[in-house]
Amino acid sequence: MSSRKRLKIALVGNPNSGKSSLFNCLTGLHQKVGNFPGVTVEKRLGFCTLPDGRTAEIVDLPGVYSIYPRSLDERIVSQVLLDHRSPGTPDIVVVVADATNLKRSLLLMTQVIDLGLPTILVLNMMDLAARAGISIDIGKLSSKLGVKVVPVNARRGTGIEELKALFTQQIHAHESPIFPIREEVMAPVKELRDTLGVDNDYEAYLFLDQPDSLAFLSQADRDTVASIRSHHNFFPGKFQGAETIQRFGYIQNLLNEITLKPADDAWKSQSRAIDRILTHKIWGYIIFFSILALIFQSIFAWATVPMDFIDELFASFSASLQQVLPEGPVSNLITQGIIPGIGGIVIFVPQIAILFGLISILEETGYMSRVVFLMDKIMRKFGLNGKSVVPLISGVACAIPAIMSTRTINNWKERMITIFVTPLMSCSARLPVFTILIALIVPDERFFGLNLQGIALMGLYLLGFSMAILSAWVMKKIIRVRERSYLIMELPTYRLPRWKNVGLTMIEKTRSFVFEAGKIILAISIVLWVLSSYGPGDRLTRAHEYVAQETSGTLTEEEMEDRVAAYKLENSYAGVIGKAIEPVIRPLGYDWKIGIALITSFAAREVFVGTMATIYAIGSAADEGSATIRSRMQAEINPETGGPRFTPAVGFSLLIFYTFAMQCMSTLAVVYRETGGWKWPLLQLLYMSGLAYISSLIVYQLLS
Amino acid sequence: MQGNFRNVAEMKPGEVGVISGFVDQHIGVKLMEMGCLPGSTIRFNFKAPLGDPICVSVLGYDLSIRVEEAAAISIIS
Repeated sequence: MSSRKRLKIALVGNPNSGKSSLFNCLTGLHQKVGNFPGVTVEKRLGFCTLPDGRTAEIVDLPGVYSIYPRSLDERIVSQVLLDHRSPGTPDIVVVVADATNLKRSLLLMTQVIDLGLPTILVLNMMDLAARAGISIDIGKLSSKLGVKVVPVNARRGTGIEELKALFTQQIHAHESPIFPIREEVMAPVKELRDTLGVDNDYEAYLFLDQPDSLAFLSQADRDTVASIRSHHNFFPGKFQGAETIQRFGYIQNLLNEITLKPADDAWKSQSRAIDRILTHKIWGYIIFFSILALIFQSIFAWATVPMDFIDELFASFSASLQQVLPEGPVSNLITQGIIPGIGGIVIFVPQIAILFGLISILEETGYMSRVVFLMDKIMRKFGLNGKSVVPLISGVACAIPAIMSTRTINNWKERMITIFVTPLMSCSARLPVFTILIALIVPDERFFGLNLQGIALMGLYLLGFSMAILSAWVMKKIIRVRERSYLIMELPTYRLPRWKNVGLTMIEKTRSFVFEAGKIILAISIVLWVLSSYGPGDRLTRAHEYVAQETSGTLTEEEMEDRVAAYKLENSYAGVIGKAIEPVIRPLGYDWKIGIALITSFAAREVFVGTMATIYAIGSAADEGSATIRSRMQAEINPETGGPRFTPAVGFSLLIFYTFAMQCMSTLAVVYRETGGWKWPLLQLLYMSGLAYISSLIVYQLLS
Repeated sequence: MQGNFRNVAEMKPGEVGVISGFVDQHIGVKLMEMGCLPGSTIRFNFKAPLGDPICVSVLGYDLSIRVEEAAAISIIS
């Protein structure tokens, strides 16, 4: 092994063991999110420089209690740990144990040791263990287990340097297994090792026991495993219970020898007292809904200031560039296409950062699992699971990670329903659309101390949520599958959030939004600019002549310029497309300009604002381009009535349309990946589009 | 005979019992991995506001399980 080789380190451990904190401590900002080959579970990857100058590649695996997976995201752990022959095989496996609950944490530890991979045990949360009065003989633990043990406090960052130093040493795999496999399964295990050349007994045993964790094997090899399994009448899962009891027996003996002083339960009394309030019959729900209300109020109150600033900054930047650059199509593309396009991305940043920050605080403190606890029974009535609350709440940020997080739901039907209804939750991409339309039609006044615009915004979120729940209930009645559903979940001790983790989540999510969604938005902005600047025939190049002919020179110069600009947009490709769909959307109160925005936001709804910016920037070239998007939309006149285009009826109709419509290619793509076919994404598209059309039709017809 | 065997779902808040086994092995294996081992003590802490799920303590930490799962854990009390 060359000393310059990049070291691969995998972090495994129980949920809530502080694994992600340790990951953040080791890697800081050197993180990226990728995918595991062949599966779609998000792979958190980071890099860390070791004391000897080498770089270690660290992967943060999903939290598990044992090597036996119970949901799709947990399966990734056995897939990574069972595959000893690929370039992705970890050189070192770090098992992160919660020092306050060593017994439970060591089950996974003994299984990883038996897989024969070089292993290090990290005892995390040493501060809490000290508070609980626990005292462990770490030296003895290390020599008894035969692995290096490092005490760490990932919150404070203590022990991290010692751990990094250990990575530079040669870590050996354990020689003799802690749990020798049973006599009964020796024959198939031996046959498997001889035919496929599997490294050790426990690994071979798990090959036989977990037929669904072998995606890394070739089809031929999987067939070999299957034939050995059936030839020896091996039933997966048969000995799992016995193995667990035997391992815990070993762990109990070990703990008896190394524990100098056991835990004193009193340290949890504070957390229990908090639980009495937060899971109280009445207070529990009041607090939960107050937290949700606070989130929406803060997004609206805190984010609008930086958002207005960004909006004006881009508008004035575009205007000043227009004066500096020479006239021509290239500078028009920059000032009317690219800069408003980039502005349309950057304007999201404050809201996305705040939203992800707040959600991350809820998770960090341990409150999110109380929400699951509070909501499980209600959610089950609607065909969902308490765990569906997490995707539904994260769906408020973005449906894509939310749909991926449904993998923790182990019941197929509940998971499908959650995936189906999550896009109805109003995601952050709808937020700018909501913000701009609410600002246009709802007065900025206070009502019982609450901002009316904030109330309108919360109303839209509640509408999306109610529709999600209602749709789930309908699906529960339609889908007929009998499968056991269960909920076995730790309620972690309440803790203050680790601000570093919150900050890193905010940076990471915002960064991936700006670059991933940003690419699409920017591309669409440019395409849109082209479509609205060019048109069929010579109508655009000779617009001035045509308008002059029509009006026979009765207009002032200013009126003339406005008419020419409007004429150009109307006869551009975008105008032609918008006009083609106008008959369909007219009953909803929309004109062809809004039609253009609907078409472009089919790919991604956040494009609405950018489209509005581009369309109205082109439509009113005379006003020097320094106006903000909102003021331009406000000034837009409906030629039929002579009044403003965005009346309350049109505004509310659009708001309802954007609340329900499936306008996100990325969501459809992720649903396709997660459900393994086009059936679910297509049903979702049809259902949500139909719902959006009919609802906005009703709203417009009632209000106008 | 039946009077001697109770399950966790029948416990009262604050009551402590010793796990004797599982009625349902499928759920039992999952519970054992989380530390609900035969012979260890289990404490019934409180119910969720709507009566389901419930919060129990095992191995000194808190666990949320549904009433249905609690009914699968037999106790000696």
